[in-house]
Amino acid sequence: MRRLNADQRHKIGMTLNGRPVEGYAVPRLLLSDFLRHELAATGTHVGCEHGVCGACTVRIDGMMARSCLTLAVQVDGAVIDTVEGLAPDAERLSVLQSAFRKHHALQCGFCTAGILMSLDTLLRDTPDADEHQIRDVLSGHLCRCTGYHTILNAAIEAAATLKKDIQDA
Amino acid sequence: MKPAPFDYVRCDSLEEAAEVIAQHGDAVRVLAGGQSLMPMLNMRLSRPSVLADIMQAGDARQITADKATLRIGAGVRQTALSAYPDLCKINPLLARALPWVGHTQTRARGTVCGSVAHADPSAEIPLTLAALDGTVILRRGGKRRRVTASDFFLGMMLTDKADDEIIEAVEFPILSEGTGVGFCEVGRRKGDFAIVACAALVSPDRVRLAVGGVNDTPVIRDWDAFDPAEESDALNALAWSLDAREDLHASARYRRDLVRSLGAKALQEARTCAA
Repeated sequence: MRRLNADQRHKIGMTLNGRPVEGYAVPRLLLSDFLRHELAATGTHVGCEHGVCGACTVRIDGMMARSCLTLAVQVDGAVIDTVEGLAPDAERLSVLQSAFRKHHALQCGFCTAGILMSLDTLLRDTPDADEHQIRDVLSGHLCRCTGYHTILNAAIEAAATLKKDIQDA
Repeated sequence: MKPAPFDYVRCDSLEEAAEVIAQHGDAVRVLAGGQSLMPMLNMRLSRPSVLADIMQAGDARQITADKATLRIGAGVRQTALSAYPDLCKINPLLARALPWVGHTQTRARGTVCGSVAHADPSAEIPLTLAALDGTVILRRGGKRRRVTASDFFLGMMLTDKADDEIIEAVEFPILSEGTGVGFCEVGRRKGDFAIVACAALVSPDRVRLAVGGVNDTPVIRDWDAFDPAEESDALNALAWSLDAREDLHASARYRRDLVRSLGAKALQEARTCAA
């Protein structure tokens, strides 16, 4: 049993996008705020803060999850991936990100970080994901600009590209 | 929208969690997957002074199945249950209901027992537990008691669990051979809480329909002999007997209409599945 006092800041360590990082958190600090304010990883956006909109979606130990419904102290020692880790290098977008750009799958971009994390996880776990599976994962997100069709088109094209890459390899 | 301050206790076993609860009583809330509790904390509808996190408790993560029951420990995530081998054979109703529980993103962390503890009137897992006459195992210190689902769900987000108790596990009975199951629901968005959800069980000598989202707790209706010709009358009578109310999400009339149409759909699915 490990007890963390409410009004003290506690050291939290995690692997963020492949790099070990450390920060301090009071028990009530949400993972979304820990990422943004403590680690300055502001790619993850904060929308509704009760798990409905999906803007804050990140990957926790390989699974997509709402960072606003997770406490930083809960994920001490975990592996966290955020939108900052998607591009293979500073000059290049990932296949999914490129497809988003090509298909205008974002307008204001507020929801995009979360949607990219969900779809990236889906396509990583299920490279042959079909439209039904993409729609199902997308149902966990709200976008108020695009009407979703462009996001769907981008994800379907990214899935086809990734599948071809695997077949060619 | 940030939680009020609390002490956080990471428990290594359910026994430790039970100790923390015994020590602090109603000041403690048990944190499992957090997909119901965290919104309550963020909105400050719940302001515990201690959170007991049970997700590191090794003894809470077990799923066990024998000939009679499927037992799911307090720390079992919904995703883990979905991936349990042969779930669609062991508990076909649960297998059909789980994809409707929240979204992929919330099922990855949310637990089965957490949804039961939260007891939202529209939630699918409490509905399934009630439809199958399941049991909740509650623990106070080292003592345990078993409560049937019908006695457990008392009202909207109100259960028979006392403040100093923790849900240790839930048990779903295994259905007898030849029982068909059906599940369907309507919500504003796939993965949102249901406006109305229906679970159906059809066996040669019994027909059961469980309805969620209308009353404060799941409603069960059984028929011994069910004449398909009178099905629409039976469903109409059921719809009018419920406590359908108007709120932001739907009118009472729409809810009654959904009970009739989803009820028929769930029963049809169950009959097809039994055949």
